[in-house]
Amino acid sequence: MKKSSKLNRFFMALVFLFLYAPIFVLIVFSFNDSKSRTVWQGFTLDWYAELFRDSAITGAIGTTLLVSLAATAIATVAGTLAAVGFYNMKKRVRGPLMTINNIPMTNADIVTGVSLCLLFVAFFGAWSGFAGWFNSLGLFQLPTRLHMGFVTLLIAHLTFDIPYVILSVMPKLRQMDKNLIDAAQDLGCTWMQAFRKVVLPEIMPGIVSGALIAFTMSVDDFVISYFTAGSRTSTLAMEVYGMTKKRISPKINAVSSLLFVTVLTLLVVVNVREAKQQQK
Amino acid sequence: MSKELIRLADCCMAFDGELVLDHINLYFNDSEFLTLLGPSGCGKTTTLRIIGGFITPTSGEVLFDGVRMNDIPPHLRQVNTVFQRYALFPHLNVFENVAFGLRIPKTAEEGGRKKKIKIPEAEIRQRVLEMLAVVSLKGFENRKVTELSGGQQQRVAIARALVNRPKVLLLDEPLGALDLRLRKDMQSELKRIQQQLGITFIYVTHDQEEALAMSDTIVVMDQGKIQQIGTPEDIYNEPKNAFVADFIGESNILDGIMHEDYVVEFFNRRFKCLDKGFAPKEPVDVVIRPEDIDIVPVEKGQLKGTVTSVTFKGVHYDTIVDFKGFKWLIQTTDYHPEGETIGIILNPDDIHIMHKSQYSGMFGDYSSYSEEYDEMDAAEEEGGYGE
Repeated sequence: MKKSSKLNRFFMALVFLFLYAPIFVLIVFSFNDSKSRTVWQGFTLDWYAELFRDSAITGAIGTTLLVSLAATAIATVAGTLAAVGFYNMKKRVRGPLMTINNIPMTNADIVTGVSLCLLFVAFFGAWSGFAGWFNSLGLFQLPTRLHMGFVTLLIAHLTFDIPYVILSVMPKLRQMDKNLIDAAQDLGCTWMQAFRKVVLPEIMPGIVSGALIAFTMSVDDFVISYFTAGSRTSTLAMEVYGMTKKRISPKINAVSSLLFVTVLTLLVVVNVREAKQQQK
Repeated sequence: MSKELIRLADCCMAFDGELVLDHINLYFNDSEFLTLLGPSGCGKTTTLRIIGGFITPTSGEVLFDGVRMNDIPPHLRQVNTVFQRYALFPHLNVFENVAFGLRIPKTAEEGGRKKKIKIPEAEIRQRVLEMLAVVSLKGFENRKVTELSGGQQQRVAIARALVNRPKVLLLDEPLGALDLRLRKDMQSELKRIQQQLGITFIYVTHDQEEALAMSDTIVVMDQGKIQQIGTPEDIYNEPKNAFVADFIGESNILDGIMHEDYVVEFFNRRFKCLDKGFAPKEPVDVVIRPEDIDIVPVEKGQLKGTVTSVTFKGVHYDTIVDFKGFKWLIQTTDYHPEGETIGIILNPDDIHIMHKSQYSGMFGDYSSYSEEYDEMDAAEEEGGYGE
């Protein structure tokens, strides 16, 4: 028994080493006082300092935060309301719709990205036709040429954020006593008041978890953003990818480390919250 | 004598084309304790939900004080509900649960203008504490509702509904989740609260003992129809048909023929009874309650039979006696062993005559008595018993 458990631990250590050694090396070399990616030459924070002097990178950080926050806010509201809608549906309808909801999460990012990209291009084509016709009416002028940029990036992020919010709010709704809404209405609430005063506090943990997951997904995303951000907007992940194509500098290590720590922190928060709620 | 508050006029309710309530006509009086009694699926909860405003009847009218209320949503009705599993708000403490209804601003029309009325905090506090005292929960204000026992949660639910001073309180099997002992306590507690506040209680249950113990009026329902309305005594002593006779207490139900007023024939023998007004030679159902039958020595009996099984029940013995192939249940405090031949005497007031109904022949025969018990045990083991 004891031997096998030692063996188990050995393999587990091996697996974790395999998974995390590359990231560990990446983080260690982000503090390396040299351009070398193989030889350790002393500790420095220069690369982090340089990072924040690089306007391309700070811009990308800004874009990432902005699009993630905006997408999270919209997705949280839309996803919560959608979950309530699902909850009030009959089982026969809800089942298939929930499956459809889950597809974007399992779908390959590249497929989602490319298809969204094609959709935007097709829409812009149709739009320029419409705008041309509308402008000929002489009422006021619409822009005839649209480009992919922040707005398309935001829409793309919404498509993969909303399903996560729905998925984390749904179980909270199901755990809720069905009679609570009836009880609130019975005591004088309109449906909206009942929702605000009773349902919302009940499902709040699910909403917060959903928002955190959505934010993590948005910060984390590269492939879908790459296809939908256009040529002038770029997120942090896209910026890192761009840097690898040019000269490789330890700045990449620093950026990647920051990204890794951010996402890791968010995931830890989500998991700790869930564990706490299960204890209750 | 008392004022009518609510009336259901010819109410029907259909879910997906299936009729759950079949032309219900019913009225509820001021300060009355009325119980809707019936097996699960009989339409009693549906009736309650129609009054509460959670569903709208497919046809028919719901009248409060003579005013049509069909489309008025629950929050505008002067009734409050105590739900089956309490439905307390878990994120609020006891005080805030009870205060919930009082904190909702009410809109009132004043000179054609809509005005929001808020109850001042001091009044809310006073009313909540008062109501917690009524349900014997003084000092529990700051407790979490999730930390309370089933009985205490039940009291909070009652206080939460009553604090709004409804004209009518609706209770949907409120004691279903409590154990037997607590249920008995809460029964007298509920009755006390109802009498103390003098408001109408409409109570839904499938427990006939509960209904008999608490109600002023019992409405027996089955298959979406009202089977009988009456006082507990009426329902027990003068059941209208075989369903009511069987559902309320135990009954032996036999086929008989009413020869003339006060004379009924069964087992080829004529008995005196207290019933009249039947057609000559009308086939009827005869009800004999198991506790009304007197066992006598064989030679003195009007009928004689053989004991086939005896079960000790504490207060009495459940004795199954075979009379010419028809088995009766007799409840007696005397022990008669299996195989003994006994005689019985039926007095005129032990015999109750009912018109034939769709339920005739379905109930009141104890031939399969022991098997029935086995089936119940088996069902309980599978956990498939109950709602």
